[in-house]
Amino acid sequence: MLRYVIKRLIGIIPILFFVSIFIFLFVHLIPGDPARLVAGQDATLQDVEVVRQELGLNQPIHIQYFNFISGIFQGDVGSSIKTGRPVFDEIASRFMPTFWLTFWSMIWAVMVGLLIGVISATKRNKWQDYLGMFGAVSGISMPSFWMGLLLIQVFAVQLGWLPVGGLESWQSYILPSITLGSGVAAVVARFSRSSLMDILKDDYIRTGRAKGLNEHKVVWGHGLKNAMIPVVTMTGLQFGFLLGGSIVIETVFSWPGLGRLLIDSVAFRDYPVIQAEMLLFALEFILINLIVDLIYGFLNPQIRYD
Amino acid sequence: MANPETAEVAAKVTLSSESVEKSSPIKEFWKKFKKQRLAMVSGIFVFLLIIIAIFGPAIAPYSSEEPDYVNVLQGSSWEHLAGTDAFGRDIFSRIIVGTRISLFVGTISVLLGAVVGTVLGLISAFYGRWVDSIIMRICDVLFAFPGILLAIGIIAILGPGLGNVIIAISIFNIPNFARIVRGSALSVKSTVYVEATKSIGAKNGRLIWKHIFPGTASSIIVNFTMRIGTAILTAASLSFLGLGAQPPTPEWGAMLSNGRDYLSTSPHVTFYPGLAIFLTVLAFNLLGDGLRDTLDPKIKD
Amino acid sequence: MTEKMLEITNLKTYFHGDDGVVKAVDGVTITVNKGETVGVVGESGCGKSVTSLSVMRLLHDTPGEIVDGSITFEGKSLLDLSEKEMRMIRGNEIAMIFQEPMTSLNPVYKIGKQLEEVIKLHLHYDKKEARNHAVNMLKLVGLPRAEDVVNEYPHQLSGGMRQRVMIAMAMACNPKLLIADEPTTALDVTIQAQILDLMRKLRDESERSIMLITHDLGVVAEMCDRVVVMYAGEVVEEADVLSIFENPKHPYTKGLLGSVPKLGQDLEKLDSIPGNVPTPANMPKGCKFAPRCEFAMDVCWKKDPSLLATNGNHTCRCWLYQDQEKILEV
Repeated sequence: MLRYVIKRLIGIIPILFFVSIFIFLFVHLIPGDPARLVAGQDATLQDVEVVRQELGLNQPIHIQYFNFISGIFQGDVGSSIKTGRPVFDEIASRFMPTFWLTFWSMIWAVMVGLLIGVISATKRNKWQDYLGMFGAVSGISMPSFWMGLLLIQVFAVQLGWLPVGGLESWQSYILPSITLGSGVAAVVARFSRSSLMDILKDDYIRTGRAKGLNEHKVVWGHGLKNAMIPVVTMTGLQFGFLLGGSIVIETVFSWPGLGRLLIDSVAFRDYPVIQAEMLLFALEFILINLIVDLIYGFLNPQIRYD
Repeated sequence: MANPETAEVAAKVTLSSESVEKSSPIKEFWKKFKKQRLAMVSGIFVFLLIIIAIFGPAIAPYSSEEPDYVNVLQGSSWEHLAGTDAFGRDIFSRIIVGTRISLFVGTISVLLGAVVGTVLGLISAFYGRWVDSIIMRICDVLFAFPGILLAIGIIAILGPGLGNVIIAISIFNIPNFARIVRGSALSVKSTVYVEATKSIGAKNGRLIWKHIFPGTASSIIVNFTMRIGTAILTAASLSFLGLGAQPPTPEWGAMLSNGRDYLSTSPHVTFYPGLAIFLTVLAFNLLGDGLRDTLDPKIKD
Repeated sequence: MTEKMLEITNLKTYFHGDDGVVKAVDGVTITVNKGETVGVVGESGCGKSVTSLSVMRLLHDTPGEIVDGSITFEGKSLLDLSEKEMRMIRGNEIAMIFQEPMTSLNPVYKIGKQLEEVIKLHLHYDKKEARNHAVNMLKLVGLPRAEDVVNEYPHQLSGGMRQRVMIAMAMACNPKLLIADEPTTALDVTIQAQILDLMRKLRDESERSIMLITHDLGVVAEMCDRVVVMYAGEVVEEADVLSIFENPKHPYTKGLLGSVPKLGQDLEKLDSIPGNVPTPANMPKGCKFAPRCEFAMDVCWKKDPSLLATNGNHTCRCWLYQDQEKILEV
């Protein structure tokens, strides 16, 4: 198991390297002069040169990259053009709301998705299956921002049960989490259904039945653990979908998180913040996938001995 | 394979039906596809959408951009089926006119991504070794940016606008196609007849184009249809965020975004454009599911 | 008077496919007496596995359905039992060993857990007793390091070891009837011999009945008391093992015997039965074996013969041995 963990850790190093280059080049891909952008449109040529010196943009590109990387390790990723505050501080206060939003969304989405998937797989071609799968394809097709606005309209505006937006109490989490998780729940339902249906054709399922086990034990005991192996991998990929989706959902619900900060920064062309956020999202996604891989290894005994 | 014998029986049933009528692949496809009723209905719906997209401005009962300040924020009525927006414009007409934008953005961006991705996937599978690793590493990097984030990043560089949305979604689609095409090209490549053609001495380009590409076609078609739904959704999301189509363009996501301010008093302004997006994406997804079930026996239940 | 353990009477199991009904088992009658080993022989696709799955009522994940006939086990009609009552019998009174030892064990659970599961279910042992019993069963089937094996996963074992585990699992609750579906087919020849030895030993130690499904006549010769030959969903010949080998009647049985190499035989003379088992779409109207039969007569193409006794307990479904008057009637 330890060897597997080390192998996986080594495996992500090249991806991290390329991602960091990609994000580093990001600022250089912006049309126009970054120094001019930071200094502002009214700045004199001299001011722009001063800024260029400050940002180290006059140095050779590989030195700039080195500075960029060492800056990351020191928690220094520049300052926001808009507020002038360090980007690190801007992001830090926004991180937890987004983290908890995605976390709760994931939790309910996986649980409900699995339940629908298992029911659909066991009640194959019956009304439960059709209902579950039509619900799932609808969940995938539904624009999240539309769903969010509909939920606000019904539960916040009409019924007044839940807050319209913002983050004040635990109730604030309910509508955004439902909205954000619905797509993932749908994908998990579809995927776990097909995975479990494949598994239920396997020989050891027949062995389980031949032992005299009841269907419940056959499906949940012998079927599901095997079916979970591919589902876990897929769920990791869905986490990316959630992180991306949170950008839209946070705008709908005025959520004080990273996603809304990103959209505000794009509108303001606040490149240091955009750059840092892209990096953070990518890191988070890579990290989640690493964790998923480890869970995969834990679920699949054949991996551990390779 | 729970039961070799029953599987054999089942195989015989299909075998016998094949031997009874030797039909062309297209006929065979149609025969199977007809059984997928939901996909059929979706196909007809998509066809209607295409008609609407072509003739949109001509069929729309009202102008999509002319304001009418007498009829502001009116609910559904016989004159205005989906009501009017904050400028008194007929929402139903705007949805009809906007169909062209959504379908165009969805299709073109997936097409661009599919072309580049397919070429990269074929090259990757055919040449293997370092070419393969480089292309796949690039895909890994692009995949490291979750969901819509890559598109937002690209728009942050290029600036907002529908054209840039198309470019952003295309790039976002490239790694997806590259991986899928590479996967199925690898399995085609290993088949005997490609090996045989290779040993005859066919040129690489010809080999890829004439022998490997056709083998990957069905997975490309299936993925293409499935991705259009996602692309329309992504484009609408970007417009909703103010990064795509700008007012007064009747883009569905942008329309919905405009309606947010009147959510409590006039929910129809957000409801109908969202419904249009939902039904369109649903139709493409159901069509994609149906195509996958007919064309790709591996995934078929 | 021998005691009957299992009686399958006129069993019909049909499969409902997209292109109509496939009669996988079409009126099969097989009896297994107490302490007896009955071999069910035939080419793949002849319905022998479907027959065994019908006895266990394990057609869940197939489009198959038992449409007619009866299955009686120790006087109980299995087809009339509820699913719950049937589960009390599966793995307990009737156990089954499958062809694929590599895939018949769940890859994500340890061997011990998979064995203990069936022990706890039917014998109601507690955790410790179940573990002891599991280890004892593994020792009984001749697995070395039984104490370690319970803590290992299936992929850590070889095919032969896994089949021993499957046998241990099947024998764990001391079943009265063991159904073995091609238990040695997927194994190497040397391992095959070991597994057969083990099965013989387990049979001889108790009054256990075995229904052994195989296409390998060598296995039949070594193991069985009586043989049932199946072809295209029907029984075509039934006799004790000596009669089958020394005096086969049905041309199909003769063909099967002819395709087994014997020591000292000139290999060039090794016969094979021409053609294949008929597909459901072109099932012959008369005798189902007629298209492949070198003795086929006019009558064979017109009417399916019935299974009749030729002498004593030797029955055969072939016009060659049937009443000439009946033939003339047709």
